[in-house]
Amino acid sequence: MTTRIDRRMAKLKAEGRPALVTYFMGGDPDYDSSLSIMKALPIAGADIIEMGMPFSDPMADGPAIQAAGLRALKGGQTLFKTLKLAADFRAGDDETPIVLMGYYNPIYIYGVDRFLTDAKASGIDGLIVVDLPPEMDEELCIPALKAGVNFIRLATPTTDDKRLPKVLENTSGFVYYVSMTGITGSALADTGKVAAAVNRIKGHTDLPVCVGFGVKTAEQARVIGANADGVVVGTAIVNAVANVLGPKGEKTADPAEAVATLVSGLAQGVRSARLAAAE
Amino acid sequence: MNKPAMPNSFRTGPDEQGMFGIFGGRFVAETLMPLILDLEEQWNKAKTDPEFKAELQNLSTHYAGRPSKLYFAEGLTKHLREVSSAKGLGGGAKVYFKREDLNHTGSHKINNCLGQILLAKRMGKKRIIAETGAGQHGVASATVAARFGYPCVVYMGATDVARQSPNVFRMKLLGAEVRPVTAGHGTLKDAMNEALRDWVTNVEDTYYLIGTAAGPHPYPELVRDFQSVIGTEARAQILEQEGRLPDVIIAAVGGGSNAIGLFHPFLDDKDVRIIGIEAGGRGLDGIEHCASMNAGKPGVLHGNRTYLLQNADGQILDGHSISAGLDYPGVGPEHSWLRDSGRVQYEPILDDEALEAFQLTTRVEGIIPALESAHAIAHAMKIVPTMDKDQIVIVNLSGRGDKDVHTVANMLGMEI
Repeated sequence: MTTRIDRRMAKLKAEGRPALVTYFMGGDPDYDSSLSIMKALPIAGADIIEMGMPFSDPMADGPAIQAAGLRALKGGQTLFKTLKLAADFRAGDDETPIVLMGYYNPIYIYGVDRFLTDAKASGIDGLIVVDLPPEMDEELCIPALKAGVNFIRLATPTTDDKRLPKVLENTSGFVYYVSMTGITGSALADTGKVAAAVNRIKGHTDLPVCVGFGVKTAEQARVIGANADGVVVGTAIVNAVANVLGPKGEKTADPAEAVATLVSGLAQGVRSARLAAAE
Repeated sequence: MNKPAMPNSFRTGPDEQGMFGIFGGRFVAETLMPLILDLEEQWNKAKTDPEFKAELQNLSTHYAGRPSKLYFAEGLTKHLREVSSAKGLGGGAKVYFKREDLNHTGSHKINNCLGQILLAKRMGKKRIIAETGAGQHGVASATVAARFGYPCVVYMGATDVARQSPNVFRMKLLGAEVRPVTAGHGTLKDAMNEALRDWVTNVEDTYYLIGTAAGPHPYPELVRDFQSVIGTEARAQILEQEGRLPDVIIAAVGGGSNAIGLFHPFLDDKDVRIIGIEAGGRGLDGIEHCASMNAGKPGVLHGNRTYLLQNADGQILDGHSISAGLDYPGVGPEHSWLRDSGRVQYEPILDDEALEAFQLTTRVEGIIPALESAHAIAHAMKIVPTMDKDQIVIVNLSGRGDKDVHTVANMLGMEI
């Protein structure tokens, strides 16, 4: 069974360039703006969309994504509405893969079976759930795989060779390598070490390996993309939204346009990645 | 909720996956997973190592001042017998206090901190982090860090920093860095989020000294085991002093470490009624309470599945309690399991009731209890007058109330 993620990754591999994976927070700053942002992403050059599911207690996120989640929740976002965002987007784009990223509790409360049914119907292709390590696979990972939804696992600098097979066992779509021990939005780790880690993971799997946490600029995307199959950018995009909001959260410019400008630059970065590597 | 099958013993959990029935588990980011597995391995070795036990025993005795006394609260007993007579009941059980307030640092928290600092030492960690609500755990953490020469960072909600200023100063004197957390309502939940963020960032050299019997496995188990000294002592002491087991034991439950510490050694004593007291705040009708087991539902937060205060979308609520130590929207997973299995009964006590118990205990016993412990005493005040005179109740006096005098003065409209 292939998913939109598999097809997109295969296509990019044939083109010989890494994927640009873009994260934004569903419902930030409000539903309609968020839908516009989502629609703008592939047009600006994003290959895969990661949509954040807001959670009150995002333990692995830095201040930027924490604030984005709170803005979304304040704006009335719920998991139900996040799924609706995906469905609304799907009405106009049946190709770009959508991955939901967040924490387990809202899914658990929604109900795992109901969630998977609704996610599938909304055109969701994959899930990244930060607080579900392989030890907890029975909760959501196994049911998701059965439902035909990719379960994308995070591998980290603390995931050693002994543990990697366990982390990779039920992973599908791609592997998300977290470039550092830390929270989202921290400074980018030593790119040489990241490249070595990507190669180490590739020694254990044929799945594409995407790298995230700390990538903010086109130049960083180019350097990371020279080696990885994909580059994930999140905090920089969320900040682009925050930057067009006034002190009371009012929009001072079009957030979708701000995001599109940033993503266009990042897209150029990944598109020049392999050229740079060949130099 | 499905009632789990009644086990032969209530003292065998958790299972190998760290589960107490459906509760507990290891719901953490991958970055932390290898560390948690390492902690589990080290803990399994330590708990059967005679040298580890001997060192902990030695510190407990000579540094913390254990065993803590089991004190017959004659003044309170007399008062509650008068209440009983006034109601025409003519009863009133004997009330005993397990005096954890007399420990070094003034609460039960030192029991856990001594155990965990020895684990951190075994694991070769270089830095200690902790979260704190009332500041009791922060003080105990800062204390053991000072004693063993570790740098220590304590995360504390900004609201709690304001209402527990004496403890903040104590931590600073002990050499710890107190980092106020402004996210959310600035209480224990937010402090725990921030501590987890620190841990995930400094995973190589940092030991996270969790203060309550919650979090990812093996924390609920190891904190319980370090705190079970409370119940083990109390059980032996009451047998010695009264020649029999108590009829009722009562403890306040925030995360629930003092409670599980008292309860666990009594769980298989079927005739002992066990009651955990949740913070009822301003009442269970609204959201201004922290009674997760009376008014919440199971969910996943801070590494474990347990009863949580949350909305229909699975977003965690902040809750409210007069007592900073109970101001947490969740509870340790073993309590959730004990609730569903029916072995332990969990009841709410309101802010006002706790305040009344705080004042009464101070006047009739000359003991200023922590507001957390005052919740447990408040429940004893409700049930003791309805019991017979030959019955026995043990209340866990988990901490002393010096830290709360500002809060109480504020509630009573006094200036100090």
